[in-house]
Amino acid sequence: MAMTEDMQVDTSQMKVSDEVAISIDNMNKWYGSFHVLRDIDLTVYRGERIVICGPSGSGKSTLIRCINALEEHQQGRIEVDGTVLSSDLKNIDKIRSEVGMCFQHFNLFPHLTILENCTLAPIWVRKTPKKEAEETAMHFLRKVKIPEQADKYPGQLSGGQQQRVAIARSLCMRPRIMLFDEPTSALDPEMIKEVLDTMIELAEEGMTMLCVTHEMGFARQVANRVIFMDDGQIVEQNEPEAFFSDPQNERTKLFLSQILGH
Amino acid sequence: MSDTHAQTVAFVRETEIPPSPPPASEAGVIKWLRENLFSSIANSILTILGLIAVYYIVVGLGPWLANSIWQSDSLAECREILDGANGACFAVIRERWNQLLFGFRYPVDEYWRPALAFVLLFVAILPVLFSHLPRKLLIGTALYPFLAFWLIWGGSVLIPIVALLGFVVGAVAYSMISARSFVGAIAAAVIAAAATWWAGGLLLRIGADFLALRAVPSRDLGGFMLNMILGTVCVSLSLPIGIVLALGRQSNLPIIKVLCVIFIEFVRGVPLITLLFVASVILAYFFPPESNLDLVLRVIIMITMFASAYIAEVIRGGLAALPRGQYEAADSLGLDYAQSMRLIILPQALKISIPGIVNVAVGLFKDTTLVAIISMYDLVGLIRGPILASTDWNGVYWELWSFAALLFFVICYGISQYSQWLERKLATDHR
Ligand SMILES: Nc1ncnc2c1ncn2[C@@H]1O[C@H](COP(=O)(O)OP(=O)(O)O)[C@@H](O)[C@H]1O
Ligand SMILES: [Mg+2]
Repeated sequence: MAMTEDMQVDTSQMKVSDEVAISIDNMNKWYGSFHVLRDIDLTVYRGERIVICGPSGSGKSTLIRCINALEEHQQGRIEVDGTVLSSDLKNIDKIRSEVGMCFQHFNLFPHLTILENCTLAPIWVRKTPKKEAEETAMHFLRKVKIPEQADKYPGQLSGGQQQRVAIARSLCMRPRIMLFDEPTSALDPEMIKEVLDTMIELAEEGMTMLCVTHEMGFARQVANRVIFMDDGQIVEQNEPEAFFSDPQNERTKLFLSQILGH
Repeated sequence: MSDTHAQTVAFVRETEIPPSPPPASEAGVIKWLRENLFSSIANSILTILGLIAVYYIVVGLGPWLANSIWQSDSLAECREILDGANGACFAVIRERWNQLLFGFRYPVDEYWRPALAFVLLFVAILPVLFSHLPRKLLIGTALYPFLAFWLIWGGSVLIPIVALLGFVVGAVAYSMISARSFVGAIAAAVIAAAATWWAGGLLLRIGADFLALRAVPSRDLGGFMLNMILGTVCVSLSLPIGIVLALGRQSNLPIIKVLCVIFIEFVRGVPLITLLFVASVILAYFFPPESNLDLVLRVIIMITMFASAYIAEVIRGGLAALPRGQYEAADSLGLDYAQSMRLIILPQALKISIPGIVNVAVGLFKDTTLVAIISMYDLVGLIRGPILASTDWNGVYWELWSFAALLFFVICYGISQYSQWLERKLATDHR
């Protein structure tokens, strides 16, 4: 592991602000006896867009799911937006309502309309009046360019539309941080762009984003840091330009050659 | 491949093909018969056998129904009128109509009370069954159990009012404390309700005759009314209890989980009739003799326990069928456990479970006739006992049992039709 640390550049120079959004110190996680995440150290500054890539099974999903406590970590410290993640349920619910998350399979609520999907959490968690929640929801549905679908059910929408609704649903909680777990992996090729466009727009507005994705074009365009994970460890991280043109670690090189070169 | 073919391989469409309607299928009775009844030799044989069966049923039942007697005072009189012909003696249903519905000990002058309760039952469940009705009607639904209790059992109007008051006070106590501590709120609610009931008990001693309807003890209830009471009460209690048990079985807290598993597995492993015998005989030993816990209440407890264990398992199946992503999405939005269950998980799990729940409800409703075995005079007990044993009507099996079957069928078929309508209405997933 000492080897990997040598290869990391000084990330503090990439930061876009001094305010820390997420700090992870020496975090470890096991599934039973399987050590999925090993000594993870990561600081995310407010407004940063971080892309996490790596081979399947390397622990990318597990890492970002630890950040909003969908998975428990066993060692180390995670601090999100000034709140330390502990087993206190109140803390966890608070962090979750500040951190938006988009999943590979959208996970919209099929029994609720698009509008209800978007207003549910603001109404019940934030106690926003229904009327106001609906206005906010329509605002964000317009932003992801599907206001006309508000009264349909998720099952009536295409994959790309569903993922954009999922993004709008998260945004309705006015999160300060957004997590994306392979948001375009389950989509047909012609729908990937519409989702990426939405995410790019979000990035341009200064949202703090952690994004697991293999869309390297997206990483080049919006990320200010790319993290490569393998075997539960952060193997390499760098600015996208340097990361793609001059990868240091052998495993990074191999991964990039597999994913970029054909 | 020939040259000519090679030239045709490259192809660019220049004209659009407009959509056209599908070919009209040849319709008609003959075609339908041929396709559905005589499509193969085996199918034709089955059709003919079926027709023969229908013929014998019609020939057998036709005269029996056509000659049926509705006006007579005994089976002997029926036979006299029929004079050897084949005919049903439905006069028994006419003569024993009130007994069949209300039991043979319910005071005759008070029949209007359970009848009114029965009619109001439909008013009360409508807003539960049809969610597009105004939600305010649910207040009536909440009041209905107390009103129905008063109508059927009679006594002072203070009894249901005190009972209701206890629940209201408990709910108020709960809502005042629930923001601080869930367990504390439950405890406060229980204490507040118990205190109200105790104080109300004192009040009842003074006002026992205040606006009193004639009191009817539980042992005087009978007939189809008893089946309806048991069915309605047990189904409406076992659904919420079943939900709690199903959630408890999924709980992360080992004690709760183990308790739920033991309860469910134990109750499912024991025949209902055993539980009913326990209710009628043994349960009395566990309570102080003076408490004299009402037999109907004991039976309700047993049937509810039984049904809730089954419903819990049905709902567990529904919970297991939900993708994990639904739980995670609810969690990631910051919903707490109660909210995510109530708003996201249960609506979907219950929807999946509708056929299973209805199955249990229909089965439970029919199983209420088992109380006949512990000497209660429900519809079946009444027919088997007082009516068939009477000298007048000894031997009118077919008429009575088909009447009983018809009553149960109407209710069960209604439940089943409703559930299918509900499933269609809730189908939003557009698969
Ligand atoms: N709930 C779980 N129980 C046990 N092992 C798991 C669980 N979830 C994931 N894993 C394992 O953890 C490793 C990392 O998984 P994941 O974080 O999903 O990888 P990635 O998202 O990078 O593909 C994989 O080897 C996977 O099999
Ligand atoms: Mg993954």
